[in-house]
Amino acid sequence: MHATDRSPALLVRGLEKRYGDVVAVAGLDLEVHPGECFGLLGPNGAGKTTTIEICEGLTAPDAGDVVVLGHRWSEAGRELRERLGIQLQETQLAEKLTVGETLDLFRSFYRRGRDVRSVIALVRLEEKVKARVGTLSGGQKQRLALGCALVGDPDLVFLDEPTTGLDPQARRQVWDLVEELKATGRTIVLTTHYMEEAERLCERIAIVDHGRVIALDTPRRLVAGLGADQIVFFSLTEGTPPLPPETVVAIERAAGATHAARPTDGGWELPVRATHEAIPALLAELDRHALPLAELRTHLPTLEDVFVSLTGRALRDA
Amino acid sequence: MRDRVRPAIVELTLVRLREFVREPEAMFWVFGFPLLLALGLGIAFRNRAPESVRIGVLESVPAAIMASLDSAEGLAVERLADDSAARQALRTAGVALVVAPGPARGVEYRFDPSREDARSARLLVDDAVQRGAGRVSPLAVREGIVRERGARYIDFFIPGLLALNLMGSGVWSIGFAVVTARKQKLLKRLVATPMSRAEYLSSFLLSRLFFLVIEVGVLVGFGALVFDVPVRGSLGTLALVCLVAALTFSAIGLLVSSRARTVEAVSGLANFVMLPMWIFSGVFFSSANFPDAIQPLIQALPLTATADALRAVMLRGAALGSAPVWTELVILLGWLVVPFVVALRIFRWR
Repeated sequence: MHATDRSPALLVRGLEKRYGDVVAVAGLDLEVHPGECFGLLGPNGAGKTTTIEICEGLTAPDAGDVVVLGHRWSEAGRELRERLGIQLQETQLAEKLTVGETLDLFRSFYRRGRDVRSVIALVRLEEKVKARVGTLSGGQKQRLALGCALVGDPDLVFLDEPTTGLDPQARRQVWDLVEELKATGRTIVLTTHYMEEAERLCERIAIVDHGRVIALDTPRRLVAGLGADQIVFFSLTEGTPPLPPETVVAIERAAGATHAARPTDGGWELPVRATHEAIPALLAELDRHALPLAELRTHLPTLEDVFVSLTGRALRDA
Repeated sequence: MRDRVRPAIVELTLVRLREFVREPEAMFWVFGFPLLLALGLGIAFRNRAPESVRIGVLESVPAAIMASLDSAEGLAVERLADDSAARQALRTAGVALVVAPGPARGVEYRFDPSREDARSARLLVDDAVQRGAGRVSPLAVREGIVRERGARYIDFFIPGLLALNLMGSGVWSIGFAVVTARKQKLLKRLVATPMSRAEYLSSFLLSRLFFLVIEVGVLVGFGALVFDVPVRGSLGTLALVCLVAALTFSAIGLLVSSRARTVEAVSGLANFVMLPMWIFSGVFFSSANFPDAIQPLIQALPLTATADALRAVMLRGAALGSAPVWTELVILLGWLVVPFVVALRIFRWR
């Protein structure tokens, strides 16, 4: 029952879900191609988890259509469970079991699947096979959760915030793992509110806000859509009064900003096209207003800047 | 980590067993606590050599009567100066009965007839007084002393305690395990796999069977060795009653934990279900003490059914086919099937 390569691995149309008065998902559409790593990027509370749990058949939608690997949950629930690998955001595995016992348990649920030994090697827990789950670090627990998602040799893997709460090193280990998984050709759908994660792992990204997809494309094209080559950050010396709006507009115009300047971290971010022209113009304009410059930096535009330009809010504080 | 994949029901049951043996507190409550309880109550209610009954005698009682009381067997006599001392002695329960001078050079017995020791004191005292006054028994009597196993309090108590333990360990072990798994979102993760939900719930019932052998063996063995409590029926019948009871209380445990989200909630519910049975089901004292009107209700309780069936098998040697055993088993089967089916339907998986 393998879906052909042309039919989508996951198709979501007009998805809606509300909890009482709170609208979690408000008409969301998605199409995930077989073999790609697809990311749902958005702030906390954007509806990512609700969406992914509806796709996983754990939550019933109020409206809309979900087709997973060519099947609907109502028609082929048990068959779908055999072919999906799922990692949930808040699962705590049984603390008193060992790593090996936990994976043996999950393996026993599937008719066909991977050899548990190979999964342990894949998630780099060879030395922890006999360790109780309760003694593992956060990163090790997360890798074990990934292992549990993979023992059934799934065609489609759902990862809900796989690195939330992990330290940078543990996060990179999970990323390496996901990349190995991608190399085996499995379809992966992951949610995250870390733009570096989405940028690094995903072929295509849907930016989700308030239960809707507000942009969907490859990371490169999403960033290119900004029209800016660089983001210029500048700040003024302490004690300088706040910039009046007309001064901000004058600065934007002088520097040739592609989008409105945005106040951030005690300074301003200005998306510009040609840095070598924009920076001298910016400095001259500041000089003209007798504004004392404290700091000046530039960075390449990221998905964070895309989110800001789409919503006017930063991903991390949205 | 194994080369061969075991069936899910085996893995799930193993999880239950591992989680249990890796929790020392749980082991104590299931195995250690009942033994301590049996030992404590066994010692408190052990059959002692008959003690002397303490009585009081007013000093104004004639000397001849006083002498016959002093020499009577089974009476400990205390002399009292006056009426107020007599009242004091009765009130503080130091003496069971007071002998005072009565009309026509006779005596008066002052006692509370609702007190058992007072009634037996009256018989002993009266016998001593009348004999002293010259009464002769018209009939010859010989006493044959008998101490029969099976009629003592500990004989009554050990089967009841076994029933209580089957209930407690079934309801608590399952209640806590299920609610913890639910709280940690482990249940939600499990239903995201192709795992069979009925197999998951059945694993709780199956795992109980492993500990059952130890639980029952320890308590029955302890009763037999320490207090000489008999097992007159067949071990097979005893095992079957324990098996059905263990499954029944596991099913009740599943039902109790089918919706609760917190350990506090499931504790309250479990106590609500079990406390009435602690009181009404005749574990510590006979349920016949309760009014006839509520007897049908009491007899329908699963703990009553278990305790009565165990007593019938252990103390009276009842066979499987005999009336008390199989009727109690039918009651238990009802309490097994209905809660399990309801639990499966209303179970909260997330």
